[in-house]
Amino acid sequence: MMAGLKPSERIKIKRHPMPNQDEHVRRGNFDEVALGYAPETAREEAERCLQCKDPKCVQGCPVGVLIPQFIKALREGDMVQAVKWMKIKNNLPAICGRVCPQESQCEGNCILGKKGEPVSIGRLERYVGDFELAHRTCPLVKAPKTGKRIAVVGSGPAGLTCAVDLGREGHDVTIFESLHGAGGVLIYGIPEFRLPKGVVHNEVNYAVECLGIKIKTDHVIGRSYTLDELLAEYDAVFLGTGAGLPSFMHIPGINLNGVMSANEFLTRVNLMKAYQFPDYDTPVKLGKKVAVIGAGNVAMDAVRCSLRLQALAAQKNGGEQGEVHIVYRRSKDEVPARREEVEHAGEEGVIFDFLTNPIEILGDEKRHVRALRCVRMELGEPDASGRRKPVERQGSEFDMEIDTVIMALGTNPNPIVFVDADGLERTKHGTAVADHETGRTKKKRVWAGGDVVTGAATVISAMGAGKRAAADIHTLMKGESTWD
Amino acid sequence: MKKEVLTDVTKLMDIDAPHVARNARAGQFVIVRIDEYGERIPLTIADYDRASGTITIIFQELGKSTKQLGQLTPGETLSSFAGPLGHPTEIRNYGTVVCMGGGVGIAPIYPVTRALKEAGNTVISIIGARTKNLLFWEERMMSVSDRLIVCTDDGSHGRAGLVTEPLKELLEDKGNSVAKVWAIGPASMMKFVTLTTKPYAVPTIVSLNTIMIDGTGMCGGCRVLLEEGAKFVCVDGPEFDGHKVDWDSLLSRLSFYKDEEREAVEYYEHKCRIDGATKKGRK
Repeated sequence: MMAGLKPSERIKIKRHPMPNQDEHVRRGNFDEVALGYAPETAREEAERCLQCKDPKCVQGCPVGVLIPQFIKALREGDMVQAVKWMKIKNNLPAICGRVCPQESQCEGNCILGKKGEPVSIGRLERYVGDFELAHRTCPLVKAPKTGKRIAVVGSGPAGLTCAVDLGREGHDVTIFESLHGAGGVLIYGIPEFRLPKGVVHNEVNYAVECLGIKIKTDHVIGRSYTLDELLAEYDAVFLGTGAGLPSFMHIPGINLNGVMSANEFLTRVNLMKAYQFPDYDTPVKLGKKVAVIGAGNVAMDAVRCSLRLQALAAQKNGGEQGEVHIVYRRSKDEVPARREEVEHAGEEGVIFDFLTNPIEILGDEKRHVRALRCVRMELGEPDASGRRKPVERQGSEFDMEIDTVIMALGTNPNPIVFVDADGLERTKHGTAVADHETGRTKKKRVWAGGDVVTGAATVISAMGAGKRAAADIHTLMKGESTWD
Repeated sequence: MKKEVLTDVTKLMDIDAPHVARNARAGQFVIVRIDEYGERIPLTIADYDRASGTITIIFQELGKSTKQLGQLTPGETLSSFAGPLGHPTEIRNYGTVVCMGGGVGIAPIYPVTRALKEAGNTVISIIGARTKNLLFWEERMMSVSDRLIVCTDDGSHGRAGLVTEPLKELLEDKGNSVAKVWAIGPASMMKFVTLTTKPYAVPTIVSLNTIMIDGTGMCGGCRVLLEEGAKFVCVDGPEFDGHKVDWDSLLSRLSFYKDEEREAVEYYEHKCRIDGATKKGRK
């Protein structure tokens, strides 16, 4: 421990890079890319924190993690205390440390980033989370039973966070999940190499066991039970059903064989483990020339899975590796994905076709994709999102030879949960209407948060919404507030 | 779980699943996953019993998963059984209706037929299969129909020929005034049923069974082209107006994973042989 360093000395310590699997090796496997800090590296990185009196990093965090406190404990070597500080605000640090867009949240606000590089808050969070999963020093404690029964619909980031917070307060919580495993997008969407499923299962099971939360898988709310049926049995219902319905481009050729949504592709690969076919039953069919349309995190996940599947196929059957493209209508500067994912994708050999917009998918006589017809774009005036609007360049039409097209164009809330749910108001985009601060919907005793309210966003913003709703549900359950 | 062998390749199972049975209705489907390694397969509900909390499924042992499913014995559990999924059949009194089941499609047409009969319709049913040994539930279908026509392609039982032939005769005979037709069976059978009814402008409902992963609207793998654009079979269907379906696109999408399906069956049977040999060896 380097106690008593002066701020000027702390500033001089360089940010520690994340040790990664070698890019040539990792493109041939699904193992985690980022290997995590060694204990010594974590402590040295923690020494960089200036312990600001008014920490901007915390303001940047959707769940308000007590960042300076946990970093201080970490650098003093008191891991048990670091875990305690962490768990006050964040129940799932091993997950957040891996998937949060830190550059636009905590690290984006870090004062060190003004002149140099910010403290690697995300990597330290992961370090603390992984330590806790290995050592289990601070089991979550359940408050005395309140006798209130709460149903949480969906076991993704919003639902899990809400369930865990309510479980800690002593409520009797049951999670309803439509798929066969808990975790939502953490298990069907985010790939193994970015968020190992073992970490998700471990983190979820740990919390659920400590708090006696029940998880009912294979329960499709809206079908197995309607919302009104849940309300008859539970004191409160939280909807964290996410945004699972994929969008397709409205261009000719989307029903050709070889065209799929990123959701289908990622679900086959991640949830159903198609990369281990035929040991696992579900296959995934991928060509030699793959185009992923879009440039968000889902697109990066899809393109990097594609590259790995091609490598595995080449290892198994011989032949060439093939190529994978990101096709995006805006430029590099507007890419919405987490920066680290874009860098990793580039290192692994992904080809980026910026300012390129598909207008048609062309098929062969067997109705299989053979090419992607595109136009070149240029950036015009800023649009409603504040980004410069891409405009088509006249006469720039061309065909890309492609045999697989994966659409990663965003998702919308799944409508099933709204079946027979009178009074649950929705926007024209299909999202549930809910108060940002409390999560209250227009239907009494029903709260909602995460992507079902905001449309596709991030894991951590869904966790934030789950947390705020849990707090509001708790005050209502205790009788400290009323619905009206 | 109860198990019954209906034909050489068709099996029936009553699955203990109160969470599905409580709201199940005719026309809906379930997603079944056998074990940790299993795929999620959609199966249309053949019957349900709310009181005992069971769902009846009927399947043909064609692919790896259905072959493996057929090997299960009463007392064993499935890793997943989710549902009921999709929209139920719109049951009303339409007048005279025709209910058609082809092959294993006889199973899901049964609860639809029963519900239509209970709603007061005059029900004419047509069921068919390649050969006599593949037919089942003839008596059951009779019990919920005013008239039942049975066909086999090879003439080994009932009328020789395709189910579309008696259908055409019914439509030709003005005395019947068929108000609506339901057809469930192989995609090619449903395609030809819709081609048969189209000139007579008789609304024809088909129940599509496309490639699906989650069955809840997430993957979009089940999408089908209708006149008005792409729809998802799992959340918009599984029943659609058959006259609006782009059948050629549907048939080609159904065949996309054929090679992998074959590979999975070969791998499974190979593994079964090894397992069988090892078991014998141990004895």
